[in-house]
Amino acid sequence: MSSQAVFKNKWLPVALISPQLLITAVFFLWPAGQAIFQSFQLEDPFGLNHEFVGLENFIHLYNDSNYLNSLFTTLKFSISVAFLAMISALILSAFAEHIVRGSMFYRTFLIWPYAVAPLVAGSLWLFLFDPTIGVVAELLQWFGVNWNPTLNSAHAMWMVIITSTWKQISYNFLFFLAALQSVPKSLHEAAAIDGSGPVKRFITISFPLISPTSFFLLVINFVYAFFDTFGIIHAMTQGGPGRSTSTLVYKVYNDGFIGLNLGSSAAQSVILMIMVALLTVFQFKYIEKKVAY
Amino acid sequence: MVERRPLFSLFCHIILILGILSIAFPVWVALVATTHENTAFATGTPLWFGDLGFSVFSDLLSNQSTFNNSQLPITQMLFNSMVMALCITVGKLTISIMSAYAVVFFRFPGRMFAFWIIFFTLMLPVEVRIIPTFEVITNLNMLNSFSGLTIPLIASATATFLFRQFFLTVPKELFEAARIDGAGPIRFFIDILLPLSRTNIAALFVITFIYGWNQYLWPLLITTDVQYYTIVMGIKQMLGVVDGLIEWNKIMATTIIAMLPPVIVVIAMQKAFVKGLVDSEK
Repeated sequence: MSSQAVFKNKWLPVALISPQLLITAVFFLWPAGQAIFQSFQLEDPFGLNHEFVGLENFIHLYNDSNYLNSLFTTLKFSISVAFLAMISALILSAFAEHIVRGSMFYRTFLIWPYAVAPLVAGSLWLFLFDPTIGVVAELLQWFGVNWNPTLNSAHAMWMVIITSTWKQISYNFLFFLAALQSVPKSLHEAAAIDGSGPVKRFITISFPLISPTSFFLLVINFVYAFFDTFGIIHAMTQGGPGRSTSTLVYKVYNDGFIGLNLGSSAAQSVILMIMVALLTVFQFKYIEKKVAY
Repeated sequence: MVERRPLFSLFCHIILILGILSIAFPVWVALVATTHENTAFATGTPLWFGDLGFSVFSDLLSNQSTFNNSQLPITQMLFNSMVMALCITVGKLTISIMSAYAVVFFRFPGRMFAFWIIFFTLMLPVEVRIIPTFEVITNLNMLNSFSGLTIPLIASATATFLFRQFFLTVPKELFEAARIDGAGPIRFFIDILLPLSRTNIAALFVITFIYGWNQYLWPLLITTDVQYYTIVMGIKQMLGVVDGLIEWNKIMATTIIAMLPPVIVVIAMQKAFVKGLVDSEK
C-alpha cells in the first residue's frame, strides 16, 4: 500500500467518501443499533412505554416453539434448495463443458432466470402449481397425487423449494462452468490415454478439483435461501398453510410488521445479523484460500 | 474436447436442450395463457396459443384494461420500477466509485476506519433489519417517496470493493505521468480513471439494475400510497384477490412484462453480467 502514489489534498477525499458514509450511518448503523437496543426492551405496540428486560426477548424466542419450528423450516428449505440447485447446475455445466460448438448459445438460455425477481418467479410457478388450473398440478393429479398446496404443508414446501431452485440454477451453472473450464486439459488427456471415459474423468478429476467452488456455492446458496426468498414465499404461500413455510426472514416481517411485536422482532433481527456475519466470515475465509479458476 | 465421441456429444446436446426447455417451461405456459380468455382455464390450462394474440398485452400497456383491484395502470408501475432501478444503479455506482477513489488515491485520517464501516454494511441486508430501518424512514419523513425507495439502498460495500480492487491495479506510472502533465485529482479521475473503469462500470450496472428492478420487501415496507407501487408489487396485489376471479391471463401478461427489462439487460450485456457476477462475489 505504501507504494501507492497519492494526491496531497486533505478535504477532497473526505468530501468524496462522505455520501457513502452518511448513508451507511443513517440507514445501516443506526437501525442496526436500534435493533440491538430494542432486542433488550419490552415495548407495547403503540410505542408508549418500554422497559429494559435484559435477555428476556431472546429467552422467550428460545422457548418459543414457533421460532424453533421456523428455524427448522428454514434449514429444511435451505438445504433442499442448495442441494437441488447445485446438483442440477453441476449436471448441466458438466455436459456444457463437453460441448465445443454452441456452449455460448446454451449459456445464454440458461442464465436468464437469475434476472427474474423472486416475486415474479413465485407468480409464474403459482400458475403452474394452482390446484385447480395448474399444469403441473394436473400432471401430479394424473399420477395420483392429491395436490393441494393451500392445505397440505408438504406440498407447499415443495412448491417454494422448486421455485427457489429454478431461480438459483443459473447462478450455480455459471460458476460451475467457469470452474470446470479451468481444470487443466492435460489431466483429462492423460486420463483419456489411460482409457478412462468422460464420466469417470468427471468423477475422479474434475469434481475433486472444483471442490473450492462447490464449497463457495454452498455458502452462497444458503445465503440466497435464507435472505433472498422472501418474495417467493410472500407470493406463493404467505408462510402457510399454518406456519409450514414461514422462514426466519418471513417471520421477522410477520411478527414485526404485521404482528407489531417489536421486541421479539428486534431480537430475531439480531440473531439474523449474527447469522449473516458468520456466513460472511465463512465466505471471506474461502477467498483467502483463493483457488485458481 | 479430449477425444471424439459423437454419440456422447449428441447426448450432451440432448441433456442441455432438455435443461433449457424445462427452465423455460413456466414462461411458455405463461405466454400461452396470455392468448386465452380467462374462462379457458376452467377446463384445464392450454399448452398451445389461443386466438387472443397479443391483445391482452396491448390492452394492458395502453391502459384500456385494468384489474378489478388495481388502481394504478401498468405503465405507471413500469415507470416507477424504471425510476427506482435507475436511481439505485446510478446512485450506487456514483457513491461507490467516489469512495473507492478517496480510499485508494488519498491519505486522510480515519481512512481505514471509513473503509471498515463500509465493509460492515455487507453484514446488514435489509431483510435482517426490517423494522428499525422502517422506523428511521418514518422519522425522516421518507415514506411514500422516491428518495425513500432508493437512497437507503444505494450504499454498497460490494461495488466499493470492486472499484478499489480495480484502482489498485492502475499503474503508478500512469498516475505520475498525469501529475507531471499537470492533472489535478478531479481531472485525473474524469479523464483517466473513468474511461479505464468502463468494463467494471458496465458489469456493476447489470448487477445493480437487476437488484434495483427486483426489489420487493423494501418498497412493500415503505410505500402505502398506490402511486408509488412498482410492477413487482403490482403483481402481488393482483394475486391477492380475496373474493372474485383471479385474472390469470392478465397476471401472466404482467408477469412477463415485469421480467422482460432485467432479462433483456442480462442477455444483451451477457459478458458484462458474467463479469459482474463473478467479480462481485470474490
